[in-house]
Amino acid sequence: MDRENEKVAAPKKGRRQAAQGKPGRTLVLIMIALVALTGGMFLSGHTTPRLGIDLAGGTSITLEAKNEPGQKNAINKTNMNTAVDIINNRVNGLGVSEAEVQTQGDRNIIVNIPKGTNAKQAREQVGTTAQLYFRPVLAQQPSTGPAEKPKPKPSSSDKGDKDTEGDKGDKGDKGDKPKESEKPQDEATSPSGTPTTQGRSVTDGLKDEPTPTGTPTGDAKDNAAKDDADKGKGVKAPTPPDPTADLQDRFTKLDCTDEKARLKVKEGVKATDPVVACGKSGDGKGWDKFILGPSEVNGKEVDDAKAVYDTQGAAGWKVTMEFSGKGTKQFGDITGKLASKQPPQNEFGIVMDGEVVSAPYVKQALTTGQAEISGSFSQDEAKDLANILSYGALPLTFKEQSVQTVSAALGGEQLRAGLIAGAIGLALVIVYMVAYYRGLALIAIASLGVSAALTYTIMTLLGPTIKFALNLPAVCGAIVAIGITADSFIVYFERIRDEVREGRTLRPAVERAWPRARRTILVSDFVSFLAAAVLFVVTVGKVQGFAFTLGLTTLLDVVVVFFFTKPLMTIMARKKFFAGGGKWSGLDPKRLGAKPPLRRSRAAATAAPVDSTPKEA
Amino acid sequence: MSKLGDLGAKLYRGEVGYDFVGKRKIWYGISILITITAIVGLAVRGLNMGIEFEGGAVFNTPKTSVSVAKAEEVAEETSGHDALVQKLGNDTLRIQIAGVDTAKSDHIKVELAKELDMKADDINADLVGPSWGEQIANKAWQGLAIFMILVVIYLAIAFEWRMALAALIALIHDITITVGVYALVGFEVTPGTVIGLLTILGYSLYDTVVVFDSLKEQSKDLAKQTRFTYSEVANRSINSTLVRSINTTVVALLPVAGLLFIGGGFLGAGMLNDISLSLFVGLAAGAYSSIFIATPLVADFKETEPQMKALKKRVLAKRRAAAAKGESAETPVSADESPQDAEPDEDSAPAVVGPRSGPRAQPTRNRGRGRPSGKRR
Repeated sequence: MDRENEKVAAPKKGRRQAAQGKPGRTLVLIMIALVALTGGMFLSGHTTPRLGIDLAGGTSITLEAKNEPGQKNAINKTNMNTAVDIINNRVNGLGVSEAEVQTQGDRNIIVNIPKGTNAKQAREQVGTTAQLYFRPVLAQQPSTGPAEKPKPKPSSSDKGDKDTEGDKGDKGDKGDKPKESEKPQDEATSPSGTPTTQGRSVTDGLKDEPTPTGTPTGDAKDNAAKDDADKGKGVKAPTPPDPTADLQDRFTKLDCTDEKARLKVKEGVKATDPVVACGKSGDGKGWDKFILGPSEVNGKEVDDAKAVYDTQGAAGWKVTMEFSGKGTKQFGDITGKLASKQPPQNEFGIVMDGEVVSAPYVKQALTTGQAEISGSFSQDEAKDLANILSYGALPLTFKEQSVQTVSAALGGEQLRAGLIAGAIGLALVIVYMVAYYRGLALIAIASLGVSAALTYTIMTLLGPTIKFALNLPAVCGAIVAIGITADSFIVYFERIRDEVREGRTLRPAVERAWPRARRTILVSDFVSFLAAAVLFVVTVGKVQGFAFTLGLTTLLDVVVVFFFTKPLMTIMARKKFFAGGGKWSGLDPKRLGAKPPLRRSRAAATAAPVDSTPKEA
Repeated sequence: MSKLGDLGAKLYRGEVGYDFVGKRKIWYGISILITITAIVGLAVRGLNMGIEFEGGAVFNTPKTSVSVAKAEEVAEETSGHDALVQKLGNDTLRIQIAGVDTAKSDHIKVELAKELDMKADDINADLVGPSWGEQIANKAWQGLAIFMILVVIYLAIAFEWRMALAALIALIHDITITVGVYALVGFEVTPGTVIGLLTILGYSLYDTVVVFDSLKEQSKDLAKQTRFTYSEVANRSINSTLVRSINTTVVALLPVAGLLFIGGGFLGAGMLNDISLSLFVGLAAGAYSSIFIATPLVADFKETEPQMKALKKRVLAKRRAAAAKGESAETPVSADESPQDAEPDEDSAPAVVGPRSGPRAQPTRNRGRGRPSGKRR
């Protein structure tokens, strides 16, 4: 009979019936999930959530803006504010790490990073100016050391070798790879001097560059083929670049293995002039030097950048970029121009903060507005670079002035007082629930407990994985979440009690109440989740961190109600204590003022059973 | 408690109830009054923005053994503003104080030096910019706008546009009141406050949606009957979810009240005040507006619909006819005939307490008419 009622209760929801049939299984499932999460938490070695800077303190980095030669008035309020925004974006790349950035005085910026963040990485992210330019390459050479003189002529044999490799499709792909590892070393150190050739081999390594779009493999092959074609040409007509004598001179003298020289070469460069620059060769050990033309595309036109693992081209980690409308056009123009030239002048250098990070060559005009940077990136490096590129260049150059630890802004005593107060509030909630719902309160409290345990473990695990940091507003958000989570149970309990008032026995009441309660819960939680999702996508900084907490607790609310509270209720409804409507079960029909089923009352008409004298006591 | 449980039963059956919709004018009036007070408070007193938004002065002390708590106390006393104190790695203190300009900062510097027992010259004063920059604020506004539009669309689809509009009005009502309270109380607005406001935004809508869900369910087959007007059904739906509303509000408010009154009031955890006050006021306002503002507003909007007008006319006509026939008993009866099994009219008859004679007789009366199954929907 109960079965029947169940079916009547939820006729449309066939799929849920399975769950109703096996509440035990669902419960076991969520318990396994909980145990797994807890186990993962202990395995990962983090047993407490990462705390925000307001609760745990952290590291404070003070940056000082440096005057660049040639831009006297660059340090002004506007530029400082822009810098703050950009740095904020960078350190809060994922939005939940709760770092704080603010100006101090006229030319300082303070960056506060919560404890447990990789401070070194953060410092790099914060300090990088990220002036990005795409400049055509006029000449290129390895620069292996002071002794090394650039050799004037390409060793054609080297070239040949390279080519053959490039020829074979797979090989070509491999060509990329070695770039990253040892192979390039060879190339770089066996300087078959001519700018031309050298450029070529490097290019090979960098092949993945501005592939028009996704498909790296095809491209790599194409490139290899293309290479060949180019190759021939290149040999015949190397057409050496014709930079000004001065530039040529500096180029010849430049020794990129000398750090000071590298720093010096970065100074005072203007986007509109041709420059000499250094760039790491593929293995990250040797250096290449370049003569570069004026900037053709500014890094400001990069809309978005992502770190991507190139599975097909085997090029390892690379960074893909998407240009804005203007950037797309500029990029299309320059690649169109370059494509018709010969190596190495069909290359362009991607120059960041004065250093060539990548020097891909171009075989055709690229008009899709996408480009790639490859190099010997590790995953972290690629991600950092993508992050930095996404948020644009700092308008100023900054020098790290000091790095210090800072204590929590909230005193420990105050925090303890706050926690005690919160605990008292929670205790009152439990008292209220027990007083009102009696036995049902057990289910509610167990559900809240499961919800709390899930929230805690997940937040803890998110600390190391996405740098989630729990700050005071998040704690308060979680406290409000108690209300929203408890509301789901309350809605369900009230529905059950309404059904009992209709005269149903408990088991059908539990099943019949569920579809209606479920709809209410889903509809209302959806609103909360919508708020969380929109805010998370659109906003930055603390608001984003909050949105994350809200979204997480809302999802967990649904998970707990569906996979814990409901099955538990189904099981409990079979227990005598609840089904019998004991005085303390919270489901005592008399107490609820239930009517007997009307059928019966009709049959027994005026005998008017139980319900007409509801107990007031 | 069992009294409450019993009250729940009566509310459920509509034997008792408060005429929320009927007395809506009073509550509208009260809300308008509160809102105006809030707006006036906001206009006159303005918001006391914290250092995170406006910047202020920063004082870097030399190496000291003064505790953070002590320094905070001193800084707040000398400046009259909330202070943010952090201990740096080398045992120096960084004290940030909102709303301080250069002239005032010299004065504070001297005072601080006196209180903290150090030389004024050793304290390094500077101005700091906001850490909650314009960009964060702008993006937050943008996110808010997008959310509002989406939620109105969602509510318009899931329910109907009248409900979406009413929910939006209730939301604005809640936020205005909360912000107004901030202006009146004079607490400093911190990022925590803003986060609190956003939380309320979610909660207020959430609560309204729960109430609307019940309203939607109860008014489903409204056009097919002539017993009740839309307003009456709306009122009934509020009453039937009243127990849930009260319980949820109590459960949500208790922990926050703990933070605000016990934590902030007795235990001196003042830093929680900014966020718990916004939560407390907002949660209370959210629960209030769902019941007293949002639903009656929907009823008002609905009653302007021609269909609902016609229904009201029919219902009234039928009641008049019934009254004329002298069958006054007819009107307030019969649990089982319609989706709404009892009506507001009956309010006065069976009080909260006392044996109910009516219901006992009901089955008999019911037998003759209506659905044989006696099942409610």
